[in-house]
Amino acid sequence: MTNKSSLAKRREKNTMIAAVVFLFPAVFLIIVYMLYPVIDTFVISGYSWNGISADRTFIGLKNWITLIRDPSFWAAFGHNVVVMIFSILIQIPIGMLLATFLDAGGKKFNIFKILWFLPYLMSSVAIGFLFTYALATNGGIFSSLATLISGHKVSVDLLGKNPQALFAVIGVMAWQFTPFYMVYFIAGYGNIDTSVYEAAVIDGATRGQYLRHIAIPLLGPIFKTACTMSLIGSLKYFDLIWSMTGGGPAGGTELMATYMYKLSFQQFNMGYGSCVAAGMFILITLIALVFQKIFVVKEDY
Amino acid sequence: MEQKEVDYRKEKMKSRIAWVVAFILALMWSVVALLPFFFMVMNSFRKQFDMLSQGVFHLPDPWNFQNYVEIVSKGFFGYFLRSVIVVAVCLVLMLIIASFAAYPLSRMQFKGRGLIYAGIVAMMSIPMHVTLIPIFKMTTDMGLYDTLQALIGPYVTFALPMAVFILTAFMMTIPREIEESAEIDGCNKFRIFFSMILPLSKSGLSTLAIYNGVSMWNEFAFANTLIQSAANKTLPLALGQFKGEHSLDIPIILSVLVLSVLPMIILFIIFQDKLVKGMMAGSVKG
Repeated sequence: MTNKSSLAKRREKNTMIAAVVFLFPAVFLIIVYMLYPVIDTFVISGYSWNGISADRTFIGLKNWITLIRDPSFWAAFGHNVVVMIFSILIQIPIGMLLATFLDAGGKKFNIFKILWFLPYLMSSVAIGFLFTYALATNGGIFSSLATLISGHKVSVDLLGKNPQALFAVIGVMAWQFTPFYMVYFIAGYGNIDTSVYEAAVIDGATRGQYLRHIAIPLLGPIFKTACTMSLIGSLKYFDLIWSMTGGGPAGGTELMATYMYKLSFQQFNMGYGSCVAAGMFILITLIALVFQKIFVVKEDY
Repeated sequence: MEQKEVDYRKEKMKSRIAWVVAFILALMWSVVALLPFFFMVMNSFRKQFDMLSQGVFHLPDPWNFQNYVEIVSKGFFGYFLRSVIVVAVCLVLMLIIASFAAYPLSRMQFKGRGLIYAGIVAMMSIPMHVTLIPIFKMTTDMGLYDTLQALIGPYVTFALPMAVFILTAFMMTIPREIEESAEIDGCNKFRIFFSMILPLSKSGLSTLAIYNGVSMWNEFAFANTLIQSAANKTLPLALGQFKGEHSLDIPIILSVLVLSVLPMIILFIIFQDKLVKGMMAGSVKG
């Protein structure tokens, strides 16, 4: 009897050792490169520090008080919110329409799927560079189009003035991310059991009726995830802005992440930069939580 | 009977009109999606000043291949190669470490399992910008600043939470009996992992490799923070580098863009379904 229980114990111990060995590298890396840096960001936010010299002075909550009163930070946050709202309103509905079209059309429209997906293959930095030129007043797409239509030279200034610049950025983001949501909804349609469609057809439903009354309502949960992704993505947007407008003109397209990056790695004000990063972390977490809560309540009805 | 016939025709007519409208909209969206590519490719074949004088909708005249010759001779393939190396090393490390972690989380009973799993999954929502300053500091302290190795830690780690999440779910679907019979035969956990679990997870691993390969290939913020000299820069940084050297020669920069997106497009055409599936795997993020 005792023999048996000691055997079980030994087995349990062996399992424990194996688990620790297997888990160690992942847990170690996550602690070193994620958990510790997040904590350290909050710690550094209490200092005045240029990021290079050894001496840094503890200044308590001073950075946080500055942050709360910093109009540049709140303007950047405002831009993030505008981007977030328009991203959800533009990318997800268009992505869904495109997916519906492709799903209804079947294999013969595969060429559209390939063409429409191409923008998502470019990196955000590359897209930023491309659109700096494609939206330029001189030789850009819109300027050339306007010149072609009106017959005389017209220059359309999309990136040089506010508030157009922010909306130009939102347009470029829609160009980049709509294909992602399209594919996402295609996968969603694909996950609906074919027997559901067969049953609908047997009951005499047309393809259109099936989509309207059965398929689209079934996409509800996917819709929620898509919104959450778009929401979090918009709040931490960086690469495209950095390479396209650099936050300009006159801060008109500054987002939280670009503001933080400028403070830390251009002005070497890393104490305050960390504070902005920490503030950004808090705001993103709060908005995501509030969104989750609202959506869950809605689903209950 | 007649009424039904009329209804049927009406319905058919309506659906035909709907299709025509949808098709026109589809063509319009295709123009929106492709026009920037057209702009990029056409202008990359122009000479610097032809771009302004000829306009977007004029074919390049003459076709100028000098831009491509120029960027290739100025080290484009160096950037390309460094990106390939970083992505390859990081992907292999990441997949090994993630499947290591997913194995006990999916198939062993031990104390603290739920807690560790929840902790790792929760890390999925950490924005990388929040970690940027401390990681910059750490990299400098470790003496890795301005080296390719500096990118390995952040790239591997930030891909881990999602990979562990997906692989854990994947390994749970592997039948238990396989493992039990091996255990009776006296195999230890490590043998079981390498000879059975890892090979059986192949399709999950390839999906993750594609998704993370694309995002590592395009990664910019860490690379821009941790690497400074042109000799160590990866492809996303090459764009800025070439722009710095040729700030007014837009066609040259556009040809860099064409060459850096080309491998992605080729891969996409070859592995279309796999790639889309891989990117969908990334959608659980968030």
